Amino acid sequence: MALSQERLGRYNPKKPMENRITDLGPRHFWQYFPPVIQKNYGKWKYHEILEPGVLVHVSETGDKVFTVRCGGCRFMTAENIREICEIADKYCDGYVRFTTRNNIEFMVDSPEKLEALKKDLQSRKHVSGSYKFPIGGTGAGLTNIVHTQGYIHCHTPATDASSMVKAILDELFDYFQSMTLPAQVRISMACCLNMCGAVHCSDIALLGYHRKPPVIDHEILSDVCEIPLVIAACPTAAISPTKLPDGKKSVKIKQERCMFCGNCYTMCMALPLADKEGDGVTILAGGKISNRITPPKFSKVVVPWLPNNFPRYPEVVRDVKKILEAYAKDARKYERIGDWAERIGWEKFFEKCDLPFTEHLIDDYRLQYDTYRTSTLFKYTEPAWEVSKAAGGL
Amino acid sequence: MFEPKEPQKKLKYDELRIYTDEELNNYTEEELKEFKIKYDIPDVEELEKGPWPSFVADAKREALHRRKLPDDRLLIGKYVVEDTLGQLQLSFEHGEGHWKHGGIVGVFGYGGGVIGRYSDCPEKFPDIAHFHTLRVNQPASKFYDTDYLRTLCDLWEFRGSGMFNMHGSTGDIIFLGTITEQLEPIFFELTHVLQQDLGGSGSNLRTPSCCVGKARCEWSCIDTQDLCYELTTYYQDELHRPAFPYKFKFKFDGCPNGCVASIARADMSFIGTWRDDIIIDQEAVQAYINGEIEPNGGAHKGRDWGKFDIYKEVINLCPTRCMWMEDGKLMIDNKECNRCMHCINVMPRALWPGKDTGVSILFGAKAPILEGAQMSVLTVPFMKCEPPYDNIKELIEKVWDWWMEEGKNRERLGELIQRFGLPKFLEVLELPAFPQVVKEPRSNPYIFWKEEDVPGGWQRDINDFRSRHKR
Repeated sequence: MALSQERLGRYNPKKPMENRITDLGPRHFWQYFPPVIQKNYGKWKYHEILEPGVLVHVSETGDKVFTVRCGGCRFMTAENIREICEIADKYCDGYVRFTTRNNIEFMVDSPEKLEALKKDLQSRKHVSGSYKFPIGGTGAGLTNIVHTQGYIHCHTPATDASSMVKAILDELFDYFQSMTLPAQVRISMACCLNMCGAVHCSDIALLGYHRKPPVIDHEILSDVCEIPLVIAACPTAAISPTKLPDGKKSVKIKQERCMFCGNCYTMCMALPLADKEGDGVTILAGGKISNRITPPKFSKVVVPWLPNNFPRYPEVVRDVKKILEAYAKDARKYERIGDWAERIGWEKFFEKCDLPFTEHLIDDYRLQYDTYRTSTLFKYTEPAWEVSKAAGGL
Repeated sequence: MFEPKEPQKKLKYDELRIYTDEELNNYTEEELKEFKIKYDIPDVEELEKGPWPSFVADAKREALHRRKLPDDRLLIGKYVVEDTLGQLQLSFEHGEGHWKHGGIVGVFGYGGGVIGRYSDCPEKFPDIAHFHTLRVNQPASKFYDTDYLRTLCDLWEFRGSGMFNMHGSTGDIIFLGTITEQLEPIFFELTHVLQQDLGGSGSNLRTPSCCVGKARCEWSCIDTQDLCYELTTYYQDELHRPAFPYKFKFKFDGCPNGCVASIARADMSFIGTWRDDIIIDQEAVQAYINGEIEPNGGAHKGRDWGKFDIYKEVINLCPTRCMWMEDGKLMIDNKECNRCMHCINVMPRALWPGKDTGVSILFGAKAPILEGAQMSVLTVPFMKCEPPYDNIKELIEKVWDWWMEEGKNRERLGELIQRFGLPKFLEVLELPAFPQVVKEPRSNPYIFWKEEDVPGGWQRDINDFRSRHKR
């Protein structure tokens, strides 16, 4: 049964329920496992990273599968997927896999096929010069940055995603293709704090953020929004009902209470937050998912805001690089960024990363007290002397 | 080894395809180099430079390919990619996005799987005036064959923009951008020809996803793909027809390394684990000590970290200090182990998770909207995890029943647990309290005692009290 080439295909708008098939679910995974994966399912004995981006898994049967991991863009076109298919057909018997972090994995079952595959992948470049399938993203290095839609498709972004990821990975490309860091580094990017990318447990998280309260479109608000739902959507109870001079219902906002979360906008299109000067990027650091050595942890806000300097975000790139380089230099083997920061103390983190600590980094939302230091166990850094001076202690 | 719910049609691209080879190869590299889209997009084109794969360079080849296809070989606007790039440039200039808020579209009978999207400057960019997204439920672990992928490409280029996300954050294949008219035809092609369904969106079960599991990992304690597939197909109604207070996510990690981040992203996190002893190959331990095998699977080989030291790198980093060397052998006090995976990660040729495996189940993770980010809370320390997974389904349904009864509009499970308290959640699940559910016991004594906890109840007579105590 070929794909239809009729305008409405197999769908008959006069009888929309006719021949409708529902609730099929996904296609079954087993048919997409290459033979070497099917044969050795559950029998893998160990693995080794042969070089950055190249893994071998060895089965108890003696079989081996070699994987080449390539950085991919989450956004890709049919043209790109067809090129991936061409490579998979040529070297991998027509099989390919994508990872949770938007990498592309080509698998082969012999060292000879591996060499040919690697050579081919390295040779493929876009006409403008960028690699199509850079090999890397394994071990104690930087892997692909997972991200959200940004301006490409989202209606609530405070920044763009694909461009920021491109800007950062261009600059940190060597870290993607090497394994010189103390442990793996996971950078994630979300273009607003709805965080459809759930970046809140990443070594470095980049987060689009608004800084201006919603501007109210009074003319249409009561026609397009449920006012009680809008009021209930505000976590700080900053929104209340009001009546306009013409008697129309609307809402008013206590601006000083706004925490710029955008939840009201999600409920009501008449309350947009986006603004060129207001919107920008927050950087968080020190989170992780793995239970290895220490429990999973949240990322902490380390840079409150940087401007959306399109298309290359030089300030964001600079600060991400500062964190990564200070970590690479100072952390011990196996220490993730968060483990390192906790060992040296966050005050030292700011000193070593050369990042200013501002009042914005002190929690004043709920459960704030949990993050306050309630001991005399601290280290002296320059800002501490400044405080001592300001307090008349020096 | 694993059986699909219904027999899977074998898909052959050559029998299904829309485009001829000539149509697919309709431009030269020279033409691509010279190609200018119909807008001036200097900031967007800046992103063609640099070593990392350029999504702009990729988009431009799709744009050129569409330009050169005859008009009757595309069912939506020819300039859809160019308009997307044009609008991106405008968004950079304005520092504000240009997609309208919401838009309710979908396919009959489903409440999810399609996201309505409209440009707010359709007069400038007419081919993205409608730009709806479809979420296509990926196969577990995202292995594919090229027949399937090429067929998807033809379908989506013909009836949509030809632009994808591989994959969206939740795991679906994302079709980015088509017009309302084509939503039903695409759905019919997907189900009839590709035997393929949509994923979830809105207040329903979102498309579940899992790690690579036993397909290519020696550490997976569970069949992540099978569990993911089974629960996805078993709960199709919950996935397609929104009946929940808000979204609900399942994610399946094969071990505590957590490669799909279930502990941070899923309302119900499944993490494979074991309850017997770590398996040790003492000869291989020696080989690591002697420097014959690189530690950590070679993950640190880009830098000289010095000779491997089992004390420094394994024994003294063990969070429970449950390992030591004795007569040249590595010893582990397994009852003290908390299965953090570090030693296994460092010596993958010498140590493995045990064989008596199952899952730890945790509940309540979410991103910051609205009360702040939460990670999942350990709720079931260990559960056997074997088909048909009835024990797991029973647990899921208890949780859903409570959440659907008590949850407020747009309240995630984790927030509901906070509102009612973890003791209430355990009561709902008919589970006794256990110390592992907390990091440490509470430091305030404000226990909400219930009347039945206290002998004699709460009804007292003041005269009786006064018979012993004068005013």
